[in-house]
Amino acid sequence: MKGYKIIVLAKQVPDTRNVGKDAMKADGTVNRAALPAIFNPEDLNALEQALRIKDQFPGTTITLLTMGPGRAAEIIREGLFRGADDGILLTDRAFAGSDTLATSYAIAQTLKKHGNYDIIIAGRQAIDGDTAQVGPQVAEKLGIPQITYAEEIQAIEKGKVTVKRRLERGVEVVKCPMPLVVTVNSSAPDCRARNAKLIMKYKHAKTISEMQEANDDYLHLYSDRPYLTIKEWTVQNIEADMNELGLTGSPTKVKKVDNVVLQSKGAKVITSSDEDMDQLMRELIESHTIG
Amino acid sequence: MNSVFVYIEIEDGQVAEVSMELLTKGRALATELKVKLEAIAIGYKLDGIEKDIFPYGVDILHIADDKRLAPYTTLPHTSIVVKLFQEEKPQIALMGASSVGRDLGPRVSSALHSGLTADCTSLVIGDHEDKKADKVYENLLYQIRPAFGGNIIATIINPDCRPQMATVREGVMKKEILDPAYKGKINKLDVSKYTTDLDFVVEMIERHMEKSKVNIKGAGIIVAGGYGVGSKENFNLLFELAEVLGGEVGASRAAVDSGYVSHDRQIGQTGTTVRPKLYIACGISGQIQHRAGMEESAQIIAINTDPEAPINSIADYVITGDVAEILPKMIKFYKANTK
Ligand SMILES: Cc1cc2nc3c(=O)[nH]c(=O)nc-3n(C[C@H](O)[C@H](O)[C@H](O)COP(=O)(O)OP(=O)(O)OC[C@H]3O[C@@H](n4cnc5c(N)ncnc54)[C@H](O)[C@@H]3O)c2cc1C
Ligand SMILES: Cc1cc2nc3c(=O)[nH]c(=O)nc-3n(C[C@H](O)[C@H](O)[C@H](O)COP(=O)(O)OP(=O)(O)OC[C@H]3O[C@@H](n4cnc5c(N)ncnc54)[C@H](O)[C@@H]3O)c2cc1C
Repeated sequence: MKGYKIIVLAKQVPDTRNVGKDAMKADGTVNRAALPAIFNPEDLNALEQALRIKDQFPGTTITLLTMGPGRAAEIIREGLFRGADDGILLTDRAFAGSDTLATSYAIAQTLKKHGNYDIIIAGRQAIDGDTAQVGPQVAEKLGIPQITYAEEIQAIEKGKVTVKRRLERGVEVVKCPMPLVVTVNSSAPDCRARNAKLIMKYKHAKTISEMQEANDDYLHLYSDRPYLTIKEWTVQNIEADMNELGLTGSPTKVKKVDNVVLQSKGAKVITSSDEDMDQLMRELIESHTIG
Repeated sequence: MNSVFVYIEIEDGQVAEVSMELLTKGRALATELKVKLEAIAIGYKLDGIEKDIFPYGVDILHIADDKRLAPYTTLPHTSIVVKLFQEEKPQIALMGASSVGRDLGPRVSSALHSGLTADCTSLVIGDHEDKKADKVYENLLYQIRPAFGGNIIATIINPDCRPQMATVREGVMKKEILDPAYKGKINKLDVSKYTTDLDFVVEMIERHMEKSKVNIKGAGIIVAGGYGVGSKENFNLLFELAEVLGGEVGASRAAVDSGYVSHDRQIGQTGTTVRPKLYIACGISGQIQHRAGMEESAQIIAINTDPEAPINSIADYVITGDVAEILPKMIKFYKANTK
């Protein structure tokens, strides 16, 4: 059996779920620098779906694609430790300031260049931008169908993929020809843990830039073991139209950003009177805690 | 002048709640801009649907009616909306931030190369000065949305590309009929001109309602109950509050042991550890094993009859009183202060 060619789209994100009291600045706003950079949670769910296909269909390969700064190579290694076969880091200053459309354009160009895909699996949503737009936009740019809100890729048969979708009010099972884009929900199974053997195998996997910086004794490794080189692509590799990239290629512009100021400690004691309850709900709405 | 457009979501033959809310908002924006409000309804057996749409002040309703258009699938709905927008050139297009709108919106925006802002909580008309380009844009749509896990609020604009597209969640905008007798025009679309056979490659195998699994770990707001809630029936109040706030219900071990709710909702040392934006502890004393699972919540509200309950020491708001009295008030005043 020849298996399938799978691309997993993954983004490195600040852990916005971890904004506990310790990650707050004195003025009550979030200290972003204090947030750890993590593998976007739903992209791990996406990776698990890919790994399950690989378990079932030997010969399947999984390529992890991420666009981001140099340090985003961390999540490619993380993917290799869990069973991905290789990765591409797409990194270039020209991508700075991309909205979802410019991001999707860069990703779609990369995929066109890379070619050779049956299923592209993304997370439903990234926890920083929070838009859930990149998956469907990549699908549109490649001219292939999309199945969003996936909870389980149930079967692949005769060139068609059967997917269970989890929607707000119910469940749908749909069948779609390949190639296609699937975006995966957090309700899908968690990703398996790192594999000790794979950690041994890939712990020195690096991008060219990382190798140059590291200046270590392992350089001979990379010529002996090609799988340790993580592909690093720039605008040059993807034949992109510069007008479609970064800030220039982004129709949406961020006009203004307000930090949500969270209440500092020291409990407010309130009664159950109508006035107090009304005041409380107003405060919570105003601080965007609810609503 | 170019219109404001609303994509009407059809659920079991009915106009979805979120679409009525968007029509209300769309009408207000259209009136402010002195342009028409138009809507597009795509589905099957839509005869008479205009009766539920015109009263919101819709001037033109475009209808695409075909057996293959219901239930919703991505490709044919995208093709119809994209072609129609290319013909009509709306300046603003609104969709629900639902599993339909969030599937359709990005695909349409990509095809039209227009920007899309997700999950807006407020939409306002305003001007914008681009100092670098020395250009002033009048009457842009300010699309205001939380991002970064709700830790920031961004105002997004779309200066050059049209339509300016935005999605909005259900319950964010107010729903209000403009005039029950409002009469608009109907434009029936010839579906074969707007779609191709290739749009129908995705087959629907099965479709049913199913309750989702409990997901307290991923919830931004948790309403948690303890032994002090008193009964399974009283827990319904917590479910109601969680529903209106868009959160989940959690519980202490004592509440789970008493059979008030299932074990998958237990928070604490032997349950799940959570870090929501808001944790509302109802009738929970706050023993160390419970606190271990929730004390990193960004904000904590403690509701307890005992002013000395240990939970109060880690709370941001302490409400001394009876859960059964306080929760209905929270629901009431939340509703009164939104919309
Ligand atoms: C405050 C703020 C608000 C914003 N609001 C908007 C907005 O309303 N509209 C808009 O168009 N842009 C917006 N952006 C820009 C947007 O966040 C970026 O374009 C971002 O690169 C992609 O969007 P996302 O994080 O929402 O990803 P999503 O669309 O939520 O991501 C979905 C999936 O796509 C894949 N994916 C996403 N990004 C990458 C990547 N870099 N590499 C590999 N895979 C990826 C992952 O699988 C991910 O799970 C905003 C940015 C900020 C800072
Ligand atoms: C090894 C071990 C592991 C444990 N793991 C967990 C765990 O994972 N999670 C967990 O929760 N517990 C755990 N426990 C149990 C924990 O010690 C407490 O027993 C439990 O958390 C108490 O639950 P409670 O606060 O709901 O009940 P109680 O302690 O009985 O508190 C009820 C509270 O409700 C208040 N009240 C009563 N009536 C009202 C009313 N009408 N309106 C408002 N307030 C009212 C009371 O003043 C009181 O403060 C564990 C214990 C052990 C020993």
